[in-house]
This record gives sequence, C-alpha cells and structure tokens, in this order.
Amino acid sequence: MVTPGASGGGVRRDTVVRIENLCKSYRIGVLELPVLNGLDITFYKGEYVAIMGPSGSGKSTLLNILGCLDKPSSGRYMLGSQDVSKLNDNELSTIRGKQIGFIFQSFNLIRQLNIIENIEVAMYYQRRPKAESRQRAIQLAERVGLGDRLKHRPFELSGGQQQRVAIARALANDPLIILADEPTGNLDTQSGKEILVMLDELNIQGKTIIVVTHDEYVAERTHRAIHLRDGRIERQICNGKGRE
Amino acid sequence: MSEISSLFQISLRSLWMHRLRSGLTTLGIVFGVASVIAMLAIGEGASRQAQEQIAHLGSTNIILKTVKPSDIEIADASQQTIQEYGLRYDDAERFRDTIPDAQVVVPVRRRPQQAQYRSRRITAEVVGTVAWYPELVPIEVRIGRFLSSLDMHYNEAVCVIDETVQDTLFQFDDPVGQDVKIAGEYYRVVGIVKDVSAGIGDQEQPSERSSQDSGITGSIYIPLPTMKSRFGEIQIQIGGASGVSGERVELSEITIKVPTMDRVLPTRDVLAALLDQNHKKKDYQIVVPLELLRQAAQTKRIFSIVLGSIAAISLLVGGIGIMNIMLATVSERTREIGIRRALGARKKDIVVQFLSETILLTLIGGLLGMMVGACIPILVTILGRMPTVITAGAMILSFGISAGIGLTFGLYPAYHAANMDPIESLRHE
Ligand SMILES: Nc1ncnc2c1ncn2[C@@H]1O[C@H](COP(=O)(O)OP(=O)(O)O)[C@@H](O)[C@H]1O
Ligand SMILES: [Mg+2]
Repeated sequence: MVTPGASGGGVRRDTVVRIENLCKSYRIGVLELPVLNGLDITFYKGEYVAIMGPSGSGKSTLLNILGCLDKPSSGRYMLGSQDVSKLNDNELSTIRGKQIGFIFQSFNLIRQLNIIENIEVAMYYQRRPKAESRQRAIQLAERVGLGDRLKHRPFELSGGQQQRVAIARALANDPLIILADEPTGNLDTQSGKEILVMLDELNIQGKTIIVVTHDEYVAERTHRAIHLRDGRIERQICNGKGRE
Repeated sequence: MSEISSLFQISLRSLWMHRLRSGLTTLGIVFGVASVIAMLAIGEGASRQAQEQIAHLGSTNIILKTVKPSDIEIADASQQTIQEYGLRYDDAERFRDTIPDAQVVVPVRRRPQQAQYRSRRITAEVVGTVAWYPELVPIEVRIGRFLSSLDMHYNEAVCVIDETVQDTLFQFDDPVGQDVKIAGEYYRVVGIVKDVSAGIGDQEQPSERSSQDSGITGSIYIPLPTMKSRFGEIQIQIGGASGVSGERVELSEITIKVPTMDRVLPTRDVLAALLDQNHKKKDYQIVVPLELLRQAAQTKRIFSIVLGSIAAISLLVGGIGIMNIMLATVSERTREIGIRRALGARKKDIVVQFLSETILLTLIGGLLGMMVGACIPILVTILGRMPTVITAGAMILSFGISAGIGLTFGLYPAYHAANMDPIESLRHE
C-alpha cells in the first residue's frame, strides 16, 4: 500500500488529502481578515506530518478545515477521492464521523460518560450495532492500555490516560486520517512521550497522522514538518526518519 | 428500539446529575398535570353521579319532599310542642285531580321503627306507600310480590322487606309467611325486594334521617293506608331542649311521573304554584332529576374553568421553566455538544438528544403529576363528598400533554444546541 520513497522521487504514492489554493478569511464587522492564503498541500497515505508555526499563523484553522469542522472560503479540498469543500453540514458530519479521528489538546472527553461509552460515542453516530461497538470499544481501550479502567469516568484518570482514551476514540471508526492539535500540550513530559510513542506506533501500522505542534521534539518524529506563517507555507522540512 | 432506550438512558443520566434542579423544574408540569387529572375526575364523577341518579330517580319524575322549615324550630319550639308541616294527602289528591300530565302519583311516608322477629330486633325504615310504587322506582321483587291494591283497600297488615332486613332480621329463616312485629303489631311478609341503593332524593342535602347516622338497617314496605291508620301522623320525640316534642307529618314524599321529558319542567312549575297556594311555609322541596343533569354540567363547568385555568397556567409556566433550564443545560454542555459534533453527530442527532431529555423530564413530571392528580380526587371525595372518577382516557391525555409540553418547549433549546458552531463549542470554557 504505502510505497516508500524519497520525497520528490519518481515513485508514485497514494494521496489521502489534497488542498489546492485553499483560502480562509474571517469577517470581523466590515473587515475581511485573511487567515489562510492559498495553501497547496498534499498528504500521502501513511504519512506523519507536523504543522508548525507561530501562534496565530493559522495552524488550528487549517486543521479545522482538514477535519471538516470548518469550510474554506475558497479553494479545493479533496479527501480521498471526494471533494468536500462543497458538502453540506449533514454530509460533513458523516465525513467527520467516518473518515476523521480527532485528538485535542484538552482531551475533550464527555465527563458524564465512562471510558467505554466515550469510545462508543463515535460509533453511535455511525449507527453501528450496540454489541459490536461495545466489543470494539473494549478492544480499543485495551489497545491503549486502559483495559482495567473501562468503567472509570474521565476525571478519575490522569491527563495521559485521558489522552489515550481520546486516541482510542479517534480510532473507533477506522478513519482515513488522524488530526491532532497539540496532543501533548497539556501533558507532562513523561505522559507526552507515551502519547507520542503511541502515535508513532499508529503511523507504523499505516495511519496517516497530521499533528499541529510547537514542539520541535514532536516535529522530529514526523516525516515532514510544514511551517506556516501568516497563512502561507514558510518552509517544509523533510526528515530522514520515515523515509527509510 | 434499543436505540431509543439507550437514548433515554443517557438522558436520564444527565437529568440525574442535576436531580434537584430537574425536580424543581418539573413542579409546574406536576401541578399542571395533577390539575388536569383532578379536573377530569371531578367532571366525570359529577356527570356519572347525575346519570346514575337519573337512572335511579327517573328522568320523567318530579319528586316532592317534605322539609322541616327552619324558622319553626326556633320561633315556635318553646310554645308549641307539636310541629305540623310537610306534604299532605290532600296535596297528592290535588295533583292527581288537577294535573293531567301527572300520570302516576306516588305518596310515600317514611319513619324509622323497631322491627322484631322472634328475639331479634333491628331498626328499619318503614316505608308506607302504594301498590304502584314500583312504577316510579326501579324496585326488583326477588321472592313473593310487592304490595297490592287489595292490601291498600283492606288496610292489610302485610309487608315487603328488602334483602338487608332479610339478612339481619331473619338470617337463615325463610321470611315469606312469617310475621314481623313493628310498633306492637304484626305484619305478614309477602315479598322480598332488592335493596334500593341510597336514599331517594338528592344526596346533596343531608336529610334529617340519614340512614348511616341513625343506624337504620334496611327498608320495610307496608301499605300507606295501613300505616296511616296504625301509626297516625304524630311522632313524639322525648329529649331535646323542651323535653317532649312532637311532629306531625303526613307524607315524606310525593313522586309524580309525567309522560315525556319535555313535560317535566312545565309540570314542575304547576306543582310549585299549587304547593305555594296551599302551604303557608316552605316545608317542601321540589327535586327534578332532569335538573340534576344541568347541575352536574354546571359543577363540571365550574371545575373545568377553575382547574383548567390552573392547569393551563401551571403547564405554561412549567413549560417555560423547562425551556429555561434546558437552555441553561445546553449552555453548560456547549463543550459536550462540540465534541459530539466533531465525532460525527449531525444537527439532527443533537436535536434528538436534547429533545429526548426534555421530553423525559416532562414525562417524569407528568407521571408525578398523575400520582398527585390521582390523590386530589380522593381528597375531594372524602372532604367534599363529591364522587370522582379517574378514567384511563384522562391518564392517556395527561401523558400526551406532558410529552407535548416537552416537545413544544424543548424544541427551541434543542435547535439552539444543534446550531451552535462546533469550533466555538469546542473552545468553550
Ligand atoms: N472564528 C474566528 N473569527 C475571527 N478570527 C479568527 C477566528 N478563528 C481564528 N481566527 C483568527 O485566525 C488567526 C489564526 O488562528 P489559529 O488558526 O487559531 O492560529 P494558531 O492555531 O496557529 O495559533 C488568528 O489571528 C485568530 O485570531
Ligand atoms: Mg491553535
């Protein structure tokens, strides 16, 4: 599936996400505030990409558009073989549920639900049979090392554990891409490391991961780091790692 | 199905997290639904009572009753020891002779008396009446016969007893052919009839001889002429303020049957005029069973207006309260909504979630209201001596109202929740 090769090499790789001349601006009163200014990026299957840049450079905005939580003002966004820039709210919701796994800086678990239920929520909206979702939720919880905490509620867990639940939840519907916005931003070094190891493993198993980060340490682990500034790509750095 | 149950389970958990708040919020619904139940129960009770009374009293009957005039008690009690009042035989004759519509006229005289059979004694109501009494009152002969014209003509010492008397006085003996001793004289039992439920006339005014209070068991029917000749008209009471007092009352009741229902009211007016001419005091009362229907409708209307207003206001206030609390819930759970949206929840899913929570809340309120509402009619029956009937229809209606309130007032908060921007929701707090 993944055809490894040096970037820019002649070997063809499967495209997962492709944005073309993507623009996003916010209207504040009468002013148009441009945030993303004509981005062209292609993400390949099995790639692990970091998006970096100073605060306010548009990283989160880009990630939200990639995650179909927001719509571009103009330009094209191809997810898999589908043009999602023209879809309506319902269709976008379905794409979010099926194709995208989110991991947030602040974990964003639902506090009144326990761990299994938090993982199940994602499958609930895909109308998967209850018994099947339950089984898969348990498997996923075990996979992230929380098999003994199934009935615990989020506030009974450490930050690192909560983020692991979030990873399990992101994997629930076997999405095309995993989007993580500063996944280690709220964690101590040790827990952060554990989460990063987990993301590495996912990537090795073939998942496409896009992570927004400030942290060079995080970026070093990825194949490619895209630096944004004022909504434009400032530079891209390809790491030897992952290129084999 | 399991989807709905799991939806309600999740909703229930959210409500449980704020149980005090949820409980207080539902109070309006509780009272509203309780009022609806009470209103319907009282209304239904009133109309059923009226229908039963009419079936019992006859819709084409007019009942005249002797009433002790209130003024003579005070003014004359000291000077006059025998009070004379009430309906008389000549009243009955006059009606028969002068009112063409009076098809059947039944005079009745009642009086509590001790009855004895062998060594057993009871106090029964002795009813002096005529042979055609069963034409007006649905009385069912079980064994033997009712009083006959011959009994009346010859002043026979015969009686017809009801089943209560049979059970208490005769127990296992066969009463027919036996003699019952009443006020020193013997009467032969010629028939047994079924008990006639409740006293004849209206239950609204407790009469001077309320059968429960004075320990009267059952009725014994004897021919009116026999009663007249043997008992006389004077009843002496020993005791009371002036020591010995007496009352002279000829008839307790006169019932008149007219051919059709539309003749009831005109005949009533004629009767009222005749009585007014011939009675100095207002010592009688006219009961028109047909009017009970109107009274029942009136009672029903008053209760419907009062309780209906309470219900409407409570439900409106309750609904607004619920909407308010749901808006608060939505804003508290903005983050959760954002998370769910990010995980693939469509707007519709969010609407359904919050709507189901609101409906669950109102249904719980409705259920509590039904329980409270079921208690109010019981209290009304005990304290207000008013019959009430709780119907399945009322319960279903209340359930529907609660669900409807939930739907109506839950819709806005639910749409508000669904239309929040997912990105902003995720940033919330
Ligand atoms: N909803 C919005 N309305 C107006 N401006 C916004 C909105 N969201 C983001 N912005 C602006 O867009 C810019 C980029 O924001 P963001 O993508 O969050 O940056 P980053 O994640 O790189 O720090 C910022 O200047 C921010 O103020
Ligand atoms: Mg950001």
